[in-house]
Amino acid sequence: MSTERPPLTSFWNDTGRTGITSWIFSTDHKRIGLLYFFTTFGFFLVGVMLGLVLRIELMAPGRTIMGPTTYNAVFTVHGVVMIFLFILPGLPGAFGNLVMPIQVGARDVAFPRLNLLSWWLYVSGAAIVLTSLFTGGGPPDTGWTFYVPFSARTGTNVTLALFGVFIIGFSAILTGLNFITTIHRLRAPGMTWGRLPLFVWSIYATAWVQILATPILAITLVLVMAERLLGTGLFDPAKGGDPLMFQHMFWIYSHPAVYIMILPAMGVISDIIPVFSRKPIFGYKMIAFSSLAIAAAGSLVWGHHMFVSGMSDTAVLVFSFLTFIVAIPSAIKVFNWVSTLYKGSISLEAPMLFALSFILLFSIGGLSGLILGAAATDVHVHDTHFVVGHFHYVMFGGAGFAFFGAMHFWLPKFFGRRYAEKPAVVAWALMFIGFNVLYFTMQVLGMKGMPRRYYDYLPEFATLNLVSTIGSWILACGLVIMLVNLFRGLLKGEPVDSNPWGGASLEWTIPTPPPTENFVEEPVVTHGPYDFTRAGEA
Amino acid sequence: MSHPESKDYFGAKLGMWLFLFTELLLFGGLFLLYAVYLRRYPQEFAAAGKQLNWVMGTANTVILLTSSLFAAMAVSAVQRDELRRTVLLILGTILCAAGFMVIKYFEWSAKIGHGIYPGSEHLKAGSPGESVFFSLYFMTTGIHGLHVLIGGALLAWIALKVKGGSVTANDFVLLENGALYWHLVDLIWIFIFPLYYLVL
Repeated sequence: MSTERPPLTSFWNDTGRTGITSWIFSTDHKRIGLLYFFTTFGFFLVGVMLGLVLRIELMAPGRTIMGPTTYNAVFTVHGVVMIFLFILPGLPGAFGNLVMPIQVGARDVAFPRLNLLSWWLYVSGAAIVLTSLFTGGGPPDTGWTFYVPFSARTGTNVTLALFGVFIIGFSAILTGLNFITTIHRLRAPGMTWGRLPLFVWSIYATAWVQILATPILAITLVLVMAERLLGTGLFDPAKGGDPLMFQHMFWIYSHPAVYIMILPAMGVISDIIPVFSRKPIFGYKMIAFSSLAIAAAGSLVWGHHMFVSGMSDTAVLVFSFLTFIVAIPSAIKVFNWVSTLYKGSISLEAPMLFALSFILLFSIGGLSGLILGAAATDVHVHDTHFVVGHFHYVMFGGAGFAFFGAMHFWLPKFFGRRYAEKPAVVAWALMFIGFNVLYFTMQVLGMKGMPRRYYDYLPEFATLNLVSTIGSWILACGLVIMLVNLFRGLLKGEPVDSNPWGGASLEWTIPTPPPTENFVEEPVVTHGPYDFTRAGEA
Repeated sequence: MSHPESKDYFGAKLGMWLFLFTELLLFGGLFLLYAVYLRRYPQEFAAAGKQLNWVMGTANTVILLTSSLFAAMAVSAVQRDELRRTVLLILGTILCAAGFMVIKYFEWSAKIGHGIYPGSEHLKAGSPGESVFFSLYFMTTGIHGLHVLIGGALLAWIALKVKGGSVTANDFVLLENGALYWHLVDLIWIFIFPLYYLVL
């Protein structure tokens, strides 16, 4: 193991500026990406703690460590932190910023100062959300969905939390328009649309969803704040309003938002699998197209969250049908990934293991989503632990595992050092096992009828709940090993060269760690991102 | 790598247009609620809409259209490098914005004076459709008014930049984007005005 520092040519030191201000006021997309990475990942760990606490409460029937009020607050904060502070800004903010500009052959994003503003808005919003936990009437207890009429009436600090989320929405919009402009305007000579890495395509589709959906969330949150502060009554039946309209407007944003979470994850997987199969991606055009198709179709299916809300039967039928349509582009991706593996020279290193487990976990999550998408079956499992299990399979098993995969795949490029392989595989195995024990059990519990969002349950659910909680501990052990190994490696591990995995996209052609302007000379792209016969050349 | 600091005008405008889309969608949420509640309470909406002062609404429409004209003329002026005229035209736009807000102030105070505001006793006693109409009216025109203020402040800042010489005939994308934002504020009013003052 070498102890030499990275050469004085990387973005860590080549600007000559040091100290905290050279980071928090930097307009370099790589520094902003790392800022996003550490803040979002920090919140992920907070969310994990809260999740573990929830599982301890549910370990045995009755009150274990907290009462119902605390439980409501903890699951609300767990959801708000994980969704709005980690997974929505996480992959686009961290890896979109770190990798996407290099992959298109640009020196930076189109609007570097706006990019910095996005991060500041995100951090300010997060600070406001955190403040809401400790001031006023205490942490919100509405669930992350903020449903009226409860969210309009509860005495907890909902208004401030909504305001924080509103600010974070601004940040997402600015990131989205920045990325779209970057991909349209700053591609290097020769970087045609057909040569874009699939991660870029997925970030592109994500950015459109961020731009088109987030404003609806913003106005909905403003209306709930107005409801609480002014008594506007637009969602209050006593004043002529309709709470169902809140649900519509909330899900018009929040369903597309799950594609903000999963699309970049699919992009990560599409980039990892061909590299570790030593084979060009199968069906490049279809994967790129299916990202856009998911973004488009996913914007029309919000009503499937509302099958039991009292919406008309016609609407239920239409939304159910549209929901099944989303399964098609998702399946296209899965089949193309599997076809890429076929007769490939597969190398099972940590990023690949995360990618392969993504395919399995996402498929389980996606297929259980069809059970929820069909109105007839949804009525039975609605608001049970089946939904919780499904959601975590897609969001954690999907987006979360892809995030871990991206950490192992790309972070060594930016730190110039890598983690040790064996502990990484052990950590992955523990997390994979723990994950399935934790969440598959939840799906079974849901099928048996255990509702979600209660701190207590009937005695017949006790055994499975204990199993599920034990799963959460296995998962946590794996997570700790992964963190220690990864960060220890990034700081002190073996140095890596410019192309440790043998990738063929542009980020593997530049020095490790990259210099501030990314490219020593402007690249002229002559081949596609998965043309491994020419790996390492522009 | 060489560092030619060329400005990407097309990119800057593309970014602005994308931002304008998000603003349209923000108001789209309010128009969506308007559509749903209009269908539910057609009579109450018609009765409540008649209580709005269409003279003031028309005056504000004329003022905003004029302000947009000034903004467009300011962009033409800067392209011909007539910087003094550019500043004057921007000030004309800001003056119109101020006039709009003054009229809005009188309109709102008249309504509030009659006990019509979100959560008021008067509205609680009246029909639910009326309450919804006025809540939507105050939210929509209130958020629009906020945009008028932001747009005015933005243009004032750009006017200072023109005066300071950093926005010129060679580099005026900032003013062009500011004017685009102002046209958006105008455009949204062009939808609010008939929906609340005329068609009911």
